[in-house]
Amino acid sequence: MSSQRSRRRKAERIRKLIERDGTAIQENVSRLNQGRYDAVEQFDAYEELRTEARRIKEEAIAELPTLIETLRESVEANGGSLYLADDAADANRYITDVAESADAETLVKSKSMTTEELEVNDALEAAGVDVWETDLGEFVLQVADDAPSHLVGPSLHISREEITTLFEASFDTDRPLNSPQKLTAFARDFLGEKIEAADIGMTGANFVLADSGTITIVTNEGNARKSAVTPDTHVAVAGVEKIIPSADDLLPFIELISRSATGQDISQYVSLLTPPVDSPTIDFESPDEPLGSGDAEREFHLVLVDNGRMAMRDDDQLRETLYCIRCGACANSCANFQHVGGHAFGGETYTGGIATGWEAGIRGEEAAAEFNDLCTGCSRCVNACPVKIDIPWINTVVRDRLNGEATPSEFDFLVEGLTPDAEGTVSLQSRLFGNFETLAKLGSATAPVSNWVADLGPVRSLLDRYLGVTPERDLPAFQRETLCDWFASRRPSAPNADAERTVVLYPDCYTNYVLVERGKAAVRTLEALGAHVELASPVESGRAPLSQGMIRTATERAEAVAADLAPYLDAEFDVVVIEPSDLAMFHREYDHLLDDDVSSRLSAHSYEIMEYVYGLLSNGADADPLADPTGPVAFHSHCQQRTLGVDSYTTAVLDDLGFDVVTSDVECCGMAGSFGYKSEYYDLSMDVGDDLREQFADEAGRQFVASGTSCSEQLRDLFARDVSHPVELVAPDHGA
Amino acid sequence: MQATVQRFASSLSDVGATLTTTTPGDFASTVDDVVEQPAVGVPLAYDGLSLSDTVVETPPTPRLLREAETGITPVGKAIVASGTLLLDGDAVGTEPVSLYPPTHVAVVRESDLISAVADATDYLGDRLRDGESSVFATGASSTGDMGALVEGVHGPKHVSVVLVEGR
Repeated sequence: MSSQRSRRRKAERIRKLIERDGTAIQENVSRLNQGRYDAVEQFDAYEELRTEARRIKEEAIAELPTLIETLRESVEANGGSLYLADDAADANRYITDVAESADAETLVKSKSMTTEELEVNDALEAAGVDVWETDLGEFVLQVADDAPSHLVGPSLHISREEITTLFEASFDTDRPLNSPQKLTAFARDFLGEKIEAADIGMTGANFVLADSGTITIVTNEGNARKSAVTPDTHVAVAGVEKIIPSADDLLPFIELISRSATGQDISQYVSLLTPPVDSPTIDFESPDEPLGSGDAEREFHLVLVDNGRMAMRDDDQLRETLYCIRCGACANSCANFQHVGGHAFGGETYTGGIATGWEAGIRGEEAAAEFNDLCTGCSRCVNACPVKIDIPWINTVVRDRLNGEATPSEFDFLVEGLTPDAEGTVSLQSRLFGNFETLAKLGSATAPVSNWVADLGPVRSLLDRYLGVTPERDLPAFQRETLCDWFASRRPSAPNADAERTVVLYPDCYTNYVLVERGKAAVRTLEALGAHVELASPVESGRAPLSQGMIRTATERAEAVAADLAPYLDAEFDVVVIEPSDLAMFHREYDHLLDDDVSSRLSAHSYEIMEYVYGLLSNGADADPLADPTGPVAFHSHCQQRTLGVDSYTTAVLDDLGFDVVTSDVECCGMAGSFGYKSEYYDLSMDVGDDLREQFADEAGRQFVASGTSCSEQLRDLFARDVSHPVELVAPDHGA
Repeated sequence: MQATVQRFASSLSDVGATLTTTTPGDFASTVDDVVEQPAVGVPLAYDGLSLSDTVVETPPTPRLLREAETGITPVGKAIVASGTLLLDGDAVGTEPVSLYPPTHVAVVRESDLISAVADATDYLGDRLRDGESSVFATGASSTGDMGALVEGVHGPKHVSVVLVEGR
């Protein structure tokens, strides 16, 4: 086995995709992402409707067997047929049977990811039916023999120029095709003829209403409307999870889906079809007879697809994937996706963050193995999801399950000493990064020798070869004197014992062993603002193992941290955290790892350092002891800090203290913990980092400031200069 | 009512659609002014509002769907806040006539106006449970799949509304 070879292959593949499709993907995906931000900002009911939509989906999935039966009765009462297909082969068999009994020669389709999942086009073609995709994006893919790279914009990785070249080579036409307008007109006319001649129209469904048998289709082009009502026979294909009880439950989804997907308040067409529809049949072969005058009758088949979904429903971790409304917001808000697109960040059918849940549920966890790593857990998709799916958690769970399946390596001894509690057959690379705490303890105890050794060329080659640590990055420089050492050496040890606020500062691994100065700055700042500060034990929060999918190890760490902090919480201490990714553990992930009462108490009483400083100042603490601004600042907040909504406290404090601050607004710096250290992802992490480089390119005169360790490392690598934590700027002894 | 009509006009304008107001008495001449020929329509089931005195051809045929420049239909409801038209599927062909020709002209009575999509819930729920179909249509059909936003794809490129006052 050579994991180095497979890492190199992966790196090469990612590099090629970035080179070939990166520009088109980034332009299109970023536009959709910005559209969502703008639409949501102007929409007051957003959070309320997300909660409502989530509730409706939870209940609908819980009641699914009943809803399927209600739907069956409704569809049959309307004169249609409902077929519940066990898997793709079963669905395709039913659909080709329908085509055969209708003597169908051609079938026109509107966009449907579920039909992509079935690969129904291949099955129909094999049965002698000509299939035409009428959504222009899908049409481009059909002509190019390519696969969708995005749930909503399937061909957004292909530029206009490439489409022109493709169409000129594929169609015998004299029409010029050198503009979006001309391409659109050509495709409309070409497909218009196909629609007129088609025997069957096939659509997907965004939502299916059980009590009326109505299918809801959300589109902009109008092709689903035409495909559904022009041919006499309509086949709709939908996953079983698309069913909701009735029209009364539909409104939140109509309000959310277009805003989340494209930033539109509402899509051009929201069709509510209760087939067979009343619209008259259209016989283009008798062009002068009024519509509906022949003896043709409408026929309707609803094919509901299980294909693993009922098993997902029974899986406590994958279940919420079924709430997904396929809006693509998770992909759009993902920095890695913005750069590499769905052909790398996706499986056989589904793309983006939620693809891990879909692919694992439909095809098995292995189907997500190749791309699951591209989710760095940055959590930017969490607030973007209109049904509040914890997408990073699904990625973590699947990573954990995949870890259990990896083959043990003959080089285990390399990380053995570092990873006494490694889980099962986790890869060497994951065990190294997942057990950063052990490494940090050892590195600190033997610093500076450990740093010299680690920087040696031969050592870096070995790290790259066996552990997949890129030689391009500087390694963390461990400090001999840890924050805990420094804190313990101070006299007097409890200067503010009678202070009004009592704080326990959490010494995360980076602060304790590497970025010790920011820890000292935090202590001095809190004390200067009148708080009594104690230091918790330096137990890693579980973030590092969790990021490698090592849930059992992460749970053990979480339990240790919670046990260490419990006496402080009992004594009504506030918990203050410096590293945003650890604060996110306390606020988000511990909910999955610890008992509810333990995690909710810790979450309720833990604060980001600058959030806490803001709180002290707002409650009357005297800011005078804090440092005065020494110069203008460029601040990059951490992705998880932004998801938690606590980044604004840093800018507020700096503003109030008179700092001149500019802030970045990229989703993520690209480093994302261990991600940017991994040999196979180094290029991608730097490509993502380019966005940040561009944003700060004109800010050379400013002091660079970042809240997260990873962000600091990335900024340091991008600009080759020092980066501070915000609390270091305001600490009383700053510059002294 | 005037304020409502103004809001409706502004919403339509936001989605690139136009509004012409008329009275029952001037209805036929307004329709003739607004439509580009050839025009196809579905017979209106409204008292005193008919397409029979206009240039619009009824009933629709496949040839008219293919060749007409304008398709004219009634609406079930029209939504003031978003300029959305709720087009009710029916046996006379509202769905294809509002879909095939490059321009869709919708006849909206003042009494068809409702404030927001949410206000259509009861109306829709009843229709759907009766086995009927409707489409929320907002502006012209569009795509971004060919490298830029283009209007006029499989559905109409232009949408305009004839609002009949006092009905």
